[in-house]
Amino acid sequence: MIKRSIKHGLQTLRIANRALGRNKMRSFLTALGIIIGVGAVIAMVSIGEGAKRGIEDRFASMGTNLLFVSPGSQNQRGVHGGWGSMTTLKEDDAYALLECPAVQYISPSVSARAQTVYGNKNWNTSISGTGERYPEVRNWEVELGTYFDEALVKSAAKVCVLGADVKTNLFEDEDPIGKVIRIKKIPFKVLGVLKKRGESGGFGSRDDMITIPYTTAMRRLQGIDYIQSVDVRAVSAESMAEAVAQIQEVLRNRHRIAPGAEDDFTVRNMSEIAETAAEATQMMTVLLGSIAGISLLVGGIGIMNIMLVSVTERIREIGLRMAVGAREVDILLQFLTEAIVLSLMGGLIGIAFGIGASKLIKKIKMFSAFKTVVSADSVMLAFFFAAAIGIFFGFYPARKASRLDPIEALRYE
Amino acid sequence: MPGNVIELRDLVKTYHVGETEVRALRGVSYAIGNGDFLAIMGPSGSGKSSLMNILGCLDRPTSGEYFLDGEEVSTFDKNKLARIRNTKIGFVFQSFNLLSRTTALENTELPLLYSTMNGGDMTERALAALAAVGLKDRAHHKTNQLSGGEQQRVAIARALLNNPTLILADEPTGNLDSTTSSEVMNIFKSLNEEKGMTIIMVTHEPDIAAWAGKRIYLKDGLIVREEKS
Repeated sequence: MIKRSIKHGLQTLRIANRALGRNKMRSFLTALGIIIGVGAVIAMVSIGEGAKRGIEDRFASMGTNLLFVSPGSQNQRGVHGGWGSMTTLKEDDAYALLECPAVQYISPSVSARAQTVYGNKNWNTSISGTGERYPEVRNWEVELGTYFDEALVKSAAKVCVLGADVKTNLFEDEDPIGKVIRIKKIPFKVLGVLKKRGESGGFGSRDDMITIPYTTAMRRLQGIDYIQSVDVRAVSAESMAEAVAQIQEVLRNRHRIAPGAEDDFTVRNMSEIAETAAEATQMMTVLLGSIAGISLLVGGIGIMNIMLVSVTERIREIGLRMAVGAREVDILLQFLTEAIVLSLMGGLIGIAFGIGASKLIKKIKMFSAFKTVVSADSVMLAFFFAAAIGIFFGFYPARKASRLDPIEALRYE
Repeated sequence: MPGNVIELRDLVKTYHVGETEVRALRGVSYAIGNGDFLAIMGPSGSGKSSLMNILGCLDRPTSGEYFLDGEEVSTFDKNKLARIRNTKIGFVFQSFNLLSRTTALENTELPLLYSTMNGGDMTERALAALAAVGLKDRAHHKTNQLSGGEQQRVAIARALLNNPTLILADEPTGNLDSTTSSEVMNIFKSLNEEKGMTIIMVTHEPDIAAWAGKRIYLKDGLIVREEKS
């Protein structure tokens, strides 16, 4: 019995393949909708996945026991100027945090974007003003030379440490240590180069930046007397909650905030930020995937369209098959199989096409910010979706074919 | 009724076209013996096609009984009728009805695709059927490379494939010239005389009907005359 139904299934498959083979060009064009649809789903989801992976990597490399203190309340309504626009966080606040037993290192932060020049090359990059503990706080090693020390920070020295990309862009293979570059026309001596961290999906390179003492950033670049935020490294991942409580206590005291009144600063946990970012990229993945999914749906409608044409064209053939003994279910299965074979073939080619496209996106310079990751999930999903579309959109034409009256079908001109 | 392949008892077929009722068959009773070669004749509208469709199990009578090989097929449902068409009836049509862009061999194999019998090797049986109509060397030609007569012979081979009880030919020479017509009729005649196949043929050409051993004439849904050669 099983053997017979397997034989029967293979035969149905063979009939379908023959019918499709008789019309190769049309079959290919019909499958093209599915090919593009599946390919687009895989390529789009790979971009989203890549962005997610990039963010996860970025946060993982910074470590989990990192906290950010920024001025302004998270709950403050109305005038909320965003990151760096509040002036209530001062240098002394940052150093006061070192009193907290759960805090290991701090690094005040003041950033800007600026044009940098070395010789005849120039490069627009982001300038991060940091404390001397920045490498420890951010878990980031110095590859060449040294980081600036406390004395250089105190004296607002015109020194800098380059991100790997900036080093490449300004110096190429030249040794940058001891050379002088100009940031906003002010000369800075290069002390070191940070280790390359690599691309992070969708958010630009983390190596495209220069760090200078935050004091220098405040006084010489920005001309401000406050800091934009403080990076805090807790003693351990377990002491995060403790650290947050201690930071709040210290800052409330310093800012003389009455009990019950709102904080004028926000302490954020790295893992919270990571979660928010992951949610955002997840949303992007779903969005990209569903837009591509629509093209898959359109492909399915294309299959239905062609199958309907094919049924009309082959009415006599259907009549003949019925005359020689095909039952309704045989005809139904034959046309359904044709639709499924078309969409599965389209699905397979589409998978190859999608993987190829996501590899290509990685290669093209214009899209270098995108790091694509093809996940097995998205491939499986696209493939089964294609098969489901074959069944769904193939059913109506197949049923129409199977319901034909053999006498009329045989007589059809 | 031993010896009778077909027994028809008071067959009536009525169609409804809008409000009007068309009575295509008005009580046909007839018996066809094993090994008969019968021609059904009559003007258009006489009920020839209706009778042919019922004999071919493509349609069911409105009333009356139809016994094929001892089974009362007039009561069968669609699936059972399909099975009967597959195993007991071989069709030959006026317009050949071969699949285009398909070889003679594949066309001949067609009934086996819907057969549940494990009747040995498909290709071998199809080749044997093609040999029986003298087309063994044309097995791998596509249908559009064959002449009209050859195409009709492929159709006959297809009809022979499942060793049917009955061959039903509907105007088998209607699309052929007189030379190829006699070629095709010769094949029918030898199948009838040498292999004892029962053949029923609908035609309106008297010289084609003359090949058959018996002729019945239909008019207004009734058999009006029977002739034997």
